[in-house]
Amino acid sequence: MALADKDRIFTNLYGYQPWNLKAAQARGDWDDTKALLARGQDAIIDEMKASGLRGRGGAGFPTGMKWSFMPKESKDGRPSFLVINADESEPGSCKDREIIRHDPHKLIEGALVAGFAIRARAAYIYIRGEYIREAETLSAAVQEAYAAKLLGKNACGSGYDFDVFVHRGAGAYICGEETAMIESLEGKKGQPRLKPPFPAGAGLYGCPTTVNNVESIAVAPTILRRGAAWFSSFGRDNNKGTKLFQISGHVDKPCVVEESMSIPFRELIEKHCGGIRGGWDNLLAVIPGGSSVPLVPAAQIMDAPMDFDGLREVGSGLGTAAVIVMDKSTDIVRAISRLSHFYMHESCGQCTPCREGTGWMYRVMERLRTGDADVSEIDMLWDVTKQVEGHTICALGDAAAWPIQGLIRHFRPEIERRIAENVREAAE
Amino acid sequence: MPKVTVDGVELEVPAGATVLQACELAGKEIPRFCYHERLSIAGNCRMCLVEVKPGPPKPQASCALPAAEGQEIRTDSPMVKKAREGVMEFLLINHPLDCPICDQGGECDLQDQSVAYGRGSSRYHEHKRAVTEKYMGPLIKTVMTRCIQCTRCVRFSEEIAGVDEIGALYRGENMQITTYLEKASTHELSANVIDLCPVGALTSRPYAFEARPWELKKTLSIDVSDAIGANIRIDSRGREALRILPRINDDVNEEWLSDKGRFQVDGLTRRRLDRPWIRRDGKLVAASWDEAFAAVAKVNPGKDIAVVAGDLVDCETMFAARALAGALGSSLLEGRQTGLSYDCSNLAAVNFNSTLSGIETADVVLIVGSHVRWEAPLVNSRLRKAAKAGAKFFVVGPEWETTYPATFLGNDLAVLDKLPKDAADALKGAARPALILGGAGLGKGALGACLALADKYKLVREDWNGFNVLHMAASRMGGLMLGYAQPGGIADLAAAKPKLVLALGADEVDFTKFADSIVVYIGHHGDKGAHAADIILPAAAFSEKPGTYVNAEGRVQRSDKAVFAPGDAREDWTILRALADALGVSVGFDSFEALRSAMAAAVPALGREGLADYGALPKAAKAKSEGVIDAYPIKDFYLTNPIARASATMQRCSAELLHGEAFAEAAE
Repeated sequence: MALADKDRIFTNLYGYQPWNLKAAQARGDWDDTKALLARGQDAIIDEMKASGLRGRGGAGFPTGMKWSFMPKESKDGRPSFLVINADESEPGSCKDREIIRHDPHKLIEGALVAGFAIRARAAYIYIRGEYIREAETLSAAVQEAYAAKLLGKNACGSGYDFDVFVHRGAGAYICGEETAMIESLEGKKGQPRLKPPFPAGAGLYGCPTTVNNVESIAVAPTILRRGAAWFSSFGRDNNKGTKLFQISGHVDKPCVVEESMSIPFRELIEKHCGGIRGGWDNLLAVIPGGSSVPLVPAAQIMDAPMDFDGLREVGSGLGTAAVIVMDKSTDIVRAISRLSHFYMHESCGQCTPCREGTGWMYRVMERLRTGDADVSEIDMLWDVTKQVEGHTICALGDAAAWPIQGLIRHFRPEIERRIAENVREAAE
Repeated sequence: MPKVTVDGVELEVPAGATVLQACELAGKEIPRFCYHERLSIAGNCRMCLVEVKPGPPKPQASCALPAAEGQEIRTDSPMVKKAREGVMEFLLINHPLDCPICDQGGECDLQDQSVAYGRGSSRYHEHKRAVTEKYMGPLIKTVMTRCIQCTRCVRFSEEIAGVDEIGALYRGENMQITTYLEKASTHELSANVIDLCPVGALTSRPYAFEARPWELKKTLSIDVSDAIGANIRIDSRGREALRILPRINDDVNEEWLSDKGRFQVDGLTRRRLDRPWIRRDGKLVAASWDEAFAAVAKVNPGKDIAVVAGDLVDCETMFAARALAGALGSSLLEGRQTGLSYDCSNLAAVNFNSTLSGIETADVVLIVGSHVRWEAPLVNSRLRKAAKAGAKFFVVGPEWETTYPATFLGNDLAVLDKLPKDAADALKGAARPALILGGAGLGKGALGACLALADKYKLVREDWNGFNVLHMAASRMGGLMLGYAQPGGIADLAAAKPKLVLALGADEVDFTKFADSIVVYIGHHGDKGAHAADIILPAAAFSEKPGTYVNAEGRVQRSDKAVFAPGDAREDWTILRALADALGVSVGFDSFEALRSAMAAAVPALGREGLADYGALPKAAKAKSEGVIDAYPIKDFYLTNPIARASATMQRCSAELLHGEAFAEAAE
């Protein structure tokens, strides 16, 4: 039941063809976009709702529903904005990068369609600062679209005026959080805002704003062209569509691949990655959705369906579908400790539990790695993660806590072994 | 009016209230660090977490969550207790355990709340974070390792003061609060961040290591550094006033205080007049009280006596001097030392009629000859509030740095007769137009023209009086109510060639005009007035006597005596009472209470605390405005009165913040 080539949305994912407008049009992008827009805003949103597309940025919020929260008309003269989150900084994630450098017109066309559907005046694409070549490609692609009158005044001859701006970030992971991204776009320090008010009410410059992931936007035109029924024919209920999986780590051929949602983990690896390094018996654990979701031990992940609900059942999440595979050669405690360091480094410092807790957690993790700790500190660390989780303004606190919780839940004997060995060594 | 349930108690809360306010209405204390009533909501300390249903199954920051119909709020559940303990623990892991050497000790939110809501012991065994000190100027001492990043100071300087002086650098646990390039904080309200800081990160530099809060006697008083009459608390130990803090009064100073009002306190112990002096052969010689009184009696002025009141004098002193002059048959009283001579026949025309809190609601403000930031910093913060609500500002006079957008219309007062179109249209279309006339405008005789403007643009309407005069002296309105105003100003006094001039703390007078008179100076500082005096009678400063003050908006306020005057100095009214005996007349009071009731009988408004009623504005006569405002009367914000001029802190502020002198920091 693997995805057939004819059903792939990202047909130039690997860059075998040029990214430019001519090649993109040959692949079907910008094909009578005017007709798509002519369906009207409500029809587009209904189609997106029917497709069952859930946000591809990690939280999995239904995209059509998100668009429907935007005001249908401006009562006070404020314009609406679309912000596209291309600040792909989650360790393990690399799908937006492939879209932007090889298929940027999918994103730009999606920006127009989505922006039209939510009645936005303009779209801001906030691209990760480190993506230098990607930002160049994207900017060039936007220029191409303007030159071809696909954007700007009377975009695609539809009578709708729409601008797309590319904004480069400065290298902060937290700016991938939607309200921190808005702050950063406004020229302020990237710190998440309190919610409510939600961006759909008061976002960029205080105007109604929708923030969507690159992949969610890029798939929209194809969904509209091929129909909601086609898109929802993939995957299980509530987890519809196709998805870009990014498999890294100890597989024979790490890759980014578009697959049907709900594909079992084993099939995904066997079909596209050439299997686990050293065979399936050598699999230790998998982080299935990018660094911020808890790891899943080998036994539980092997036959789990790769979708939002399936991974939640094994105590993790789909996230951005950045699958990090770890075989038995992995120092699992060190791996998670490294992630803790990442979150300590990327905490914005605004609210207390995350600012103080991430550093604390990392330092205890480092001691657990070497075994220079007491067994009771494992429970204390668990307690600290619980004190961070759910107590912060944004989800970075949760993201910092979950990997550690996953580690303690599944690999507590390994940690205890290190402590015991360290004590024995010290005694000798 | 949503109905919510707090810990099982149902209550109605005002629309727009937050969950935290709802809990307070229900009588529940919610711990907090970043939340402050007068600042925007940051929601970053996470100390105010409560459990709210309906909502996600995690604790919610109550300061930022709007109260909604049917909410069930719990402040006493195990989840809330655990959340508070958790946040408290996080706040403390990197906070130094230096309470014994911290000036905030005893009045520290972190100390109090960790006792009330924290865990008993620490589980943190890693190294603590240390942060280098930041230089924030001569008033604010920093120990940034103690900072808990609540950002109150950042929000204060952005929102209330209107200057981007303080901000946060870096991120995560390396986040640091600092001024840009560690420049000194220069705003006139800057030291309020000391009060706002919930921990000992920002403390008072002049007060460093002086005292512990529990050693101090707290006296309620009124600030005399400007005409606003900010409500203050004087903290004293023994005979010394150690510090001044603002009290909350929403009608006057909210809870802010200007840096001058706060830090001129050390001037109260320097350059004091602590014994009588008599000038003999051109030199001042120390004398006893008896000798001093004998010297005054020898002058025997009869009705040739004039009284000049200084800027810091209380109403009781002025009334006692008036009674003395009256008993001698004179009514030559004047308080406008620098020669102003505006018409005071109707006090409504020289009052801040919109009231200090009312000016916030103005939508167009025309400022004529007033450097509001220096003349009344607390009015400036109100004007900034009005600007944030959308008010437009036009200023006549030399340019100064406003903390809100304002259009300067030039220095020539002739512009008042023919306002530029945008200003005229704005005033015409305004619902609550206001005019503020300051000292520089009064000096150029713009009062008549401004009254004409008030007529033209209907500044006075139902529920709104937009005509305001902004004074600079704490004694001004009280003095005007007591008749300290001659038609020609102080020139009338000079022209009368009095035998004796009674100078009540008058330090701004040009005494060369009184070269033929004997000048008796009753005051507390060895300043300009004392230098020009022939006889000096040492008196009490505002902190050393009870007194009544009337602020610029006509608000009668009373202050208490915090400490005794130094040395042989006496309270002013007792000196004047004794002078009456020396001069052989009766003033009709023998005690302070009798003095106060005599004053209340003479001027009933001074007997009641609160706003005095001056009636309606006079009918505007035809007036032509001419003249050019070339400068404002205040040349140096930090050195406007004898107390401030004696203060080492204010001198350093003036040198460093206004004149750019560099001060080397002592090596620690």
